[in-house]
Amino acid sequence: MWYPLRKLGLLLLTAWAAITLNFLLPRLMPGTPADAAIAKLAQNGPVDPATRAAIEAQLGVPTGDTWSQYVQYLGNVAHLDFGVSYTFFPQSVSSLVMNALPWTLVMVGLVTIVAFILGTLLGVLAAWKRGTWLDTLPTLGGTFTSAFPYFWTALLLVFFLGYTLKWFPTSGAYGLESTPNLSLAFIGDAIGHAWLPALTILVTSVGGWILGMRNNMINTLGDDYVTFAEANGLRTRTVAVKYAARNAILPNLTGFGLALGGVVGGSLLVEQVFNYPGVGYLLFNAVTNQDFPLMQALFLMITISILLANFLVDILYGLLDPRTRR
Amino acid sequence: MTAVVNLPEPTGSTPPHQTAGGADPAVPKPHGPASPLRVLSRGASTIWSNKKARIGVVLLLAFVALAIFAPLIAPYGASENGFGRNQSPSGSHWFGTTAAGEDVLSQVIFGARISVLVGFIAGFLSTLIAVVVGLSWGYIRGPLAEIINFIVNLVLVIPGLPLMIVIAAYLQNGGMTMIIFVVVLTGWAYGARVLRSQTQSIRGRDFITAAQFAGDGATRIVFHEILPNMTSLITGSFFGAATSAILAESGLSFLGIGDTTTVSWGSMLFWASNSNALLTGQWVLLFAPGLCIALIATSLTLINFGVDGLSNPRLREGTGR
Repeated sequence: MWYPLRKLGLLLLTAWAAITLNFLLPRLMPGTPADAAIAKLAQNGPVDPATRAAIEAQLGVPTGDTWSQYVQYLGNVAHLDFGVSYTFFPQSVSSLVMNALPWTLVMVGLVTIVAFILGTLLGVLAAWKRGTWLDTLPTLGGTFTSAFPYFWTALLLVFFLGYTLKWFPTSGAYGLESTPNLSLAFIGDAIGHAWLPALTILVTSVGGWILGMRNNMINTLGDDYVTFAEANGLRTRTVAVKYAARNAILPNLTGFGLALGGVVGGSLLVEQVFNYPGVGYLLFNAVTNQDFPLMQALFLMITISILLANFLVDILYGLLDPRTRR
Repeated sequence: MTAVVNLPEPTGSTPPHQTAGGADPAVPKPHGPASPLRVLSRGASTIWSNKKARIGVVLLLAFVALAIFAPLIAPYGASENGFGRNQSPSGSHWFGTTAAGEDVLSQVIFGARISVLVGFIAGFLSTLIAVVVGLSWGYIRGPLAEIINFIVNLVLVIPGLPLMIVIAAYLQNGGMTMIIFVVVLTGWAYGARVLRSQTQSIRGRDFITAAQFAGDGATRIVFHEILPNMTSLITGSFFGAATSAILAESGLSFLGIGDTTTVSWGSMLFWASNSNALLTGQWVLLFAPGLCIALIATSLTLINFGVDGLSNPRLREGTGR
């Protein structure tokens, strides 16, 4: 079968499985959302039957058999209708997601690209200068920083650069007194607020790219064609960049594609520390408030975008490396 | 090598150095598999010969010792409160006290228990699933292999942390068991895929064909013939899975998912950030638990540098060019 078509079929099948999983997950778990809300109320005192009925009516106790629920759910997903949020009550889930998405896409997206480029370059350098300090420093440093928990890096940066040195604002995506618009002043304000979360993600994620690229590069450097190129007397830089790095970058590109797909999910732990109003923060709020419609919609959106990224990477990879098309 | 007496004439059939054992001529059997003990000790010395891995082993052992002997090392109990609140480091409280009046140093020491335990249990369970699934998946052919392929890919692409917290939200207050459960549920797939491709390449070798002709069953071939060839990969995926399990546990605990009364490094940071340790200026309280998480995770990754060298000699330490 034609390679892209086969991949497309796989994408659709996986997407269907993810949507179904999203449907089944809450039904496999004990209790209904209404039960959870009532249990929460019951902590403050007994819940009378009228309240119970009202909550069940509001949150929608499932009616009909599982099959008809499933068909209805598929229809809703097709219309991007995910219902109304419990926590932010009158607002629809879709509008909440649309408000959070730009913040995450711009901030996390840009940092992901920067981290990838920086890490790959350092990885090439480390493999080429293997055994020297140019190798040891990025490799050991990268190993250490990529083991940093995201939230810890965030807390430390908030503490030292935010509270102690007062270089950057520590919370939110823009100042309390400004409202989102496209003026230069607002964009400047937003950039100022994005520095610390962005720096956190950069510090914690760059190490992975360094190590990955270094390993690939070391493997490629052992290949015969690299030795041959060197024996031919090509310049060192030509051998490193045009012969070795070009082939070594392939596996890293897969990771990059997946990371770009993961951008949509935001960086939950970072956004939570900074109260950054992105997708990850929204998901965290949905989970702590047991806002099931919001949670389901976000989870589905994150999964689908990773699937799409995976698909695009596969197609791209097939173009770059014909061997995989078989 | 001591007294080299009675050295037999080199006949060509037996290398002289093997028989020159002194009093006990311990000649290794020329055929049959090497004893597991020798394989293990040779593997250990390969890992130990790597400088980075050596640092990792020492660091990890230090944390394990800290976890085991926590009650002896820690000056106070983990949840023993009643000391002054939000105190700065002093002689009786080296790392200060928390907002609830607990000793920070003791909590850091006891916190090692959770991380070591979660890393070990979740890493072990993930690896176990990965081995069983990966090896059988790599050995069998046909539609079942395609189905497993689909499931593994699905688990691989579904983003880990969101899936973990969504499941945790549905399960509600499961504590540490629940955390281990979600970590294992999301953590086995990567190892399974790595082990599967290695199994596929071993499957075609002559010794497997020989075993098949000898009438060995599929289970025996997979677990007796193929499995021993993958020791280094399995070790590698164990340390990898343990690292992600430790990081995942700390992240979930920091978010307050699970049991927040359990003293772990993640939950310490959860309480620290919720009680505004930033504003009270207690940087040790913020610094120490996170540093421990980073160090224990680094130690596992460092060990894996050595483990990589077991299966791929190109990655053994040395100067490249």
